[in-house]
Amino acid sequence: MEIIEVSHFKKSFGNKVVHRDVNFTVKQGECLGLLGGSGAGKSVILRSMIGLERPDNGQIQIEGIDVTNLDEAKLVDIRKRVAYVFQNGALFDSMTIFDNIAYPLREHTKLKEHEIREQVLSTLQMFNMHGTENMLPAELSGGMQKRVGLARAIILKPDIILYDEPTAGLDPANTVKIQNLIVQLKGTGVTSILVTHDMDTALRVCDRLAFLENGSVENLGMVSDLKQDPVQILQLFIRGQSD
Amino acid sequence: MTTNLQARTEKFFDFVGGNALLVGQMLKELFRKPLYFDLLAVQIENVGAKSLPLILIVAMSVGMVMALQFGIGLQKFGANLYIPKLVSLSIIRELGPIFASLMFAARVGAGMTSEIASMVVTQQVDAMRALGTSPIKKIVIPRVLACLICLPLLCVFANAIGIFGGLVVGTFDLHLAGSFYWQKVLSTVTLTDYLSGFLKTFFFALFVAIPACYYGLNVERGTRAVGLATTRAVVTSSILILVGDYFLTKVFWVIQTWR
Repeated sequence: MEIIEVSHFKKSFGNKVVHRDVNFTVKQGECLGLLGGSGAGKSVILRSMIGLERPDNGQIQIEGIDVTNLDEAKLVDIRKRVAYVFQNGALFDSMTIFDNIAYPLREHTKLKEHEIREQVLSTLQMFNMHGTENMLPAELSGGMQKRVGLARAIILKPDIILYDEPTAGLDPANTVKIQNLIVQLKGTGVTSILVTHDMDTALRVCDRLAFLENGSVENLGMVSDLKQDPVQILQLFIRGQSD
Repeated sequence: MTTNLQARTEKFFDFVGGNALLVGQMLKELFRKPLYFDLLAVQIENVGAKSLPLILIVAMSVGMVMALQFGIGLQKFGANLYIPKLVSLSIIRELGPIFASLMFAARVGAGMTSEIASMVVTQQVDAMRALGTSPIKKIVIPRVLACLICLPLLCVFANAIGIFGGLVVGTFDLHLAGSFYWQKVLSTVTLTDYLSGFLKTFFFALFVAIPACYYGLNVERGTRAVGLATTRAVVTSSILILVGDYFLTKVFWVIQTWR
């Protein structure tokens, strides 16, 4: 069953047409890797899925609801179910790590403070970040900030997770940690889209890959099939890296 | 030349339209739950309590300078006795509210714009929206309300300290009796005088807070843009305060004479 459907998505910035006609779907529980060069507009598609951008034309259906025409008040329900993991974490720099992760719980649940504390601390434990709860984001490394961003995004147990370059700029050890977390979350049945340049991450965590080029999306097929074809993997790697 | 004029006109209408939209969104969300009283309290501390020392220093200096200048001018005619009247009326009707508001624009307007713009550049505002919360409710409304609450109160302090500054100079440099100074101040200043200055500060608070939020939220990407937005916010607020002061004074004057 398709849970995300993007159809005839068009978007321009000034005179620059970024998306001409983007079409793709994502099935429930599937992880789609969206590849493409810098400036191809991968993040714009993700941002449009939760209403942070508006397409010029086309539809984005999330669980059957077209999100492109929803106002900010109606988007709140979608945003509670669709988590967005920002490339740089986008943590609130005036709040502690605890308050950053507790933010969605305080805003959208009626949990008592001790229940929030319990939940935040167990999430930090799951992310191997216990002991950082009283620190400010600026005191953490880039990799840790990304993990906190991920922890904040999943604390409401969303149905869909959108990852925007989750491993960009990380060292190999932190990249593996993030990959493991994504695989772990995927195991819970969550549907996800992963925008990345990192072929290694895409091949490790995604079920299917698609390539955004010249304003439209080309379906590349299942990762399991691609892995049988080293030549195609090499071509993909070159396409990914040459950007 | 024509392109430049066109670009400036477009920018002007962008600014007017953008601010009108912001005010519209703010009014729409003002009474919708949840209400963030904790954020309002934080902003009252930031924009009110922390601005008080600056406003007091400026108001004191203005009162002292005014008394000294009037003293220098009036001493020649033996008219020193008019100093309390002139100082108190100038401060209460104009200088107290204007200087308090200009200092407020410089400190609070600049701080607000740079803070909001930095949040935009680092995607914190996007994160706020992505997490299902409204930046208008969390960022704009607490700041605008805090300005509306604090600037009039700061003006009350500025007026009092400004007149006190006049008293210090009047007593020590111009040899006026303190009791005479106070008596003249109290017999000169009417409630209408006080209100004609004080009521303007509600408008000045909006002239500071709304452009500050508008420029902060509409910043382009990059750290240089944060600096530019901050400069624009302070310049815009200062111009609005000074130009708006003329029109507001005229409105109050019309109301006063009409009665």
